[in-house]
Amino acid sequence: MGPSAASAHRGIAAGHAAAPRLQGTTADARWLEWLFIGVSWAFLALVLLVPLGAVFCEALREGLRAYFDAFDDPYAWSAIRLTLFTAAIAVPANVVFGLAASWAIAKFEFRGKTVLITLIDLPFAVAPVVSGLIYVLLFGMTGWFGPWLASHDIQIIFAAPGVVLATIFVTFPLVARELIPLMQEQGTDEEEAAASLGAGGWQTFRRVTLPNIKWALMYGVILCNARAMGEFGAVSVVSGHLRGKTHTMPLHVESLYNEYNFVAAFAVASLLAMLAVATLAVKTAVQWRMQRELQDSAEP
Amino acid sequence: MSLNRSWLLSSTLALMAALSGCGPADGAAAPSTAAGKGRGHVTLLNVSYDPTRELYEEFNAAFKRQYERQTGQTVTIDQSHGGAGKQARAVIDGVKADVLTLAIGYDIDQIARRTDLLPTDWQSRLENNSCPYTTTIVFLVRRGNPKGINDWEDLARDGVEVITPNPKTSGGARYNYLAAWGYALRKFGHDELKARAFVKSIYKNVPVLGSGARDSTITFVQRGQGDVLLAWENEALLAIAQLGADALEIVVPSVSILAEPPVAVVDKNAASHGALAAAQAYVRYLYSPEGQRIVARHYYRPYQPRFADPEDLKRFAKVETFTVNDVFGGWPRAQAQHFDDGGVFDVIQNELAQGR
Repeated sequence: MGPSAASAHRGIAAGHAAAPRLQGTTADARWLEWLFIGVSWAFLALVLLVPLGAVFCEALREGLRAYFDAFDDPYAWSAIRLTLFTAAIAVPANVVFGLAASWAIAKFEFRGKTVLITLIDLPFAVAPVVSGLIYVLLFGMTGWFGPWLASHDIQIIFAAPGVVLATIFVTFPLVARELIPLMQEQGTDEEEAAASLGAGGWQTFRRVTLPNIKWALMYGVILCNARAMGEFGAVSVVSGHLRGKTHTMPLHVESLYNEYNFVAAFAVASLLAMLAVATLAVKTAVQWRMQRELQDSAEP
Repeated sequence: MSLNRSWLLSSTLALMAALSGCGPADGAAAPSTAAGKGRGHVTLLNVSYDPTRELYEEFNAAFKRQYERQTGQTVTIDQSHGGAGKQARAVIDGVKADVLTLAIGYDIDQIARRTDLLPTDWQSRLENNSCPYTTTIVFLVRRGNPKGINDWEDLARDGVEVITPNPKTSGGARYNYLAAWGYALRKFGHDELKARAFVKSIYKNVPVLGSGARDSTITFVQRGQGDVLLAWENEALLAIAQLGADALEIVVPSVSILAEPPVAVVDKNAASHGALAAAQAYVRYLYSPEGQRIVARHYYRPYQPRFADPEDLKRFAKVETFTVNDVFGGWPRAQAQHFDDGGVFDVIQNELAQGR
C-alpha cells in the first residue's frame, strides 16, 4: 500500500514537499527568489492581512464591552444558529454526493460521464446571485412549483430550507472536486484485488477506498464548511432578509452595517473570520497529518 | 495507521456533533405557535424599505405593549428591510408579508396587480392616501458646505460629485430624479427638453449609482465619497444624528418633492394565519397620537403634527414641495415614462456611457 498511497496523495501534498533548489544557483537566482517571496508577502499583506486586521480593529474600536455586547442580541444568536444549522446539513449532504459522484466517475465507464463532470463544475461557473435566483424561479410564488407549495402550506424560499438549498448548490463541487482527480489517479487495481480476495462492496469501500481518500475527503469537507458558513450572494437572494429568521451571519453583518451599527457588524464579522482561521488551522493540521503518513508509509 | 483512523473518526464526529448540536430547533421557520399568555400569540411580518429600520424598531415595541394591553394577545413583529423595488419583488415571489411599509405606492400597486394578496384599491383604505407620514428630498453636504451647494442647479455644475442611488432599485432614487426634473420644469417654463438636459447634467456628476438609499448614505458619510448626497430628509437627519453634526450639514433646496411612503395590510397573508386584526391594528396605530409622536421622533413628517413633540417638528425645514401627481400625473405614468426599460433614465444613462 505504501508506494500507491504516496503517489495517491501527490496531488495535494506536492505543495508542501520541500522544493528542490534550482540547479546551479547563482546570485541572480537568489535575487529572483527573494523578489518573488517579497511580492507574494506584499500581495498577501495587502489583500488579506490588512483587511483582516481592519476587521478586528473596527470590532474592538469601542472596547471589549461593546464587542461582546454585539453578541448579547437574539438576532446575532439566531444568525449564528442558522449558519451552523445550514453548514450541518450542507456539509454531510455534499460528502454523500461527492463520494457518490467521484466514485462513479473514477471507477466506472458510462455514457454521459463528461457531461456529469462538467455539470459538477457548474456552480463554480455561475454567479452566486444566479444560483439563488434559480430557486426563486423554481419555488417562488410566480415560479414553477410555487403555487403548489403554497397550497400545501410548504415554505421553501424565504425560509430556512431555501437558505440550506442555496448553500448546498454553491458548495457541492467542493468535495467532489477534491476526490475525483485523486480517485482517478488511484484507478481500480486495489478494489479489484480486494474483490478477487472475496471482499464485498461495502467492505471494499470501507477498508480499501476510504483509507486512500480520507485526507482528500477531509480537505473537501473543510473547504465546503468554510464556504457554507461564508456564502453571501446566493443566500441573500433566497433569504427574504427576515431578521431573526433567515439571516445567516454574513447577512446579519450586512444588516448591522446598514444600521450604522459598525462595531457590532465588525464584531460578528470577526467571529466569521475566527471561524475561518480555525478552519485554516484544521486544514493545516490535516495536511501535516497527511504528510507524516506519507513519510511513515514511505519507510519500509 | 489505526491511530490515524481513530484521529480522523473522532475529529469528524466532533465536528458533526458541534454542528448539529445547535441547529434545528431554530433553523426551521417556526410558525406562530409559540405559547403566549392571554388570548394567544400572533406574529406579524412588516416588509419595509431601507431607512425605516430605526423607526420601526421603536414603533414595534410601542405597538406590542399597547396591543397586549388592549387585547391580551402577545405579538412578535419580524422586520425585513431593503430597496423598495426589491422588497416588492420579494413579496410577489412569496415573502409572507402581513404589513407593507414601502417607499412608493407604485411598488404596492405592483403587488396588488400581480397577485391577489390585497385589493387594488388598497390606497383608499386609510387616511391621507395611506400615508401616516411623509418626507421630502434634501441635500446632505460636508460641514461648511465647501462647494457652495444651495440649490438644484449647483448639482449640475462641473466639478461637483453627486451621490444618489439607482432609480431602478431604489424608491428614494426615483424621488431624487423626479425632484430634479420637477425643479427644471419650473425653471425652464415646462420645457421637457431643457428639463431632460438639466437632469442629464446632474447624472453626469454621479460617479456611481448605489443599490439603495442606505447604501448611498454610507458611501457618502462613511467612505467620504462625493460632495453632495441626495437623500430623504429623514435619512439625512438620521445620518447627522448617528454620524456627527460636526462633519455634515443639510441644505434645503428652493423647491423639492413631497415623498409619500404608504402603508398597507396584506389581507390574504395576514388572514391565512389569523393575524388580520393585529395587522389592521398595527397600521392604524401608526396614525394614533403615540404612533405620530414616534414617527416625528424618527425624522418623518407626521400626518398630524399636533400629536408630535414640538421640539421634533422644529427640525423640519420649511420647504415648498410638489407631488408626483401634480407634476407627473401619478406614479404609473412617471414609472413608464422615466424608469421602465428604455425609459428616459435609460436613454440618459446610455448617452452618458457613450460620452455624449
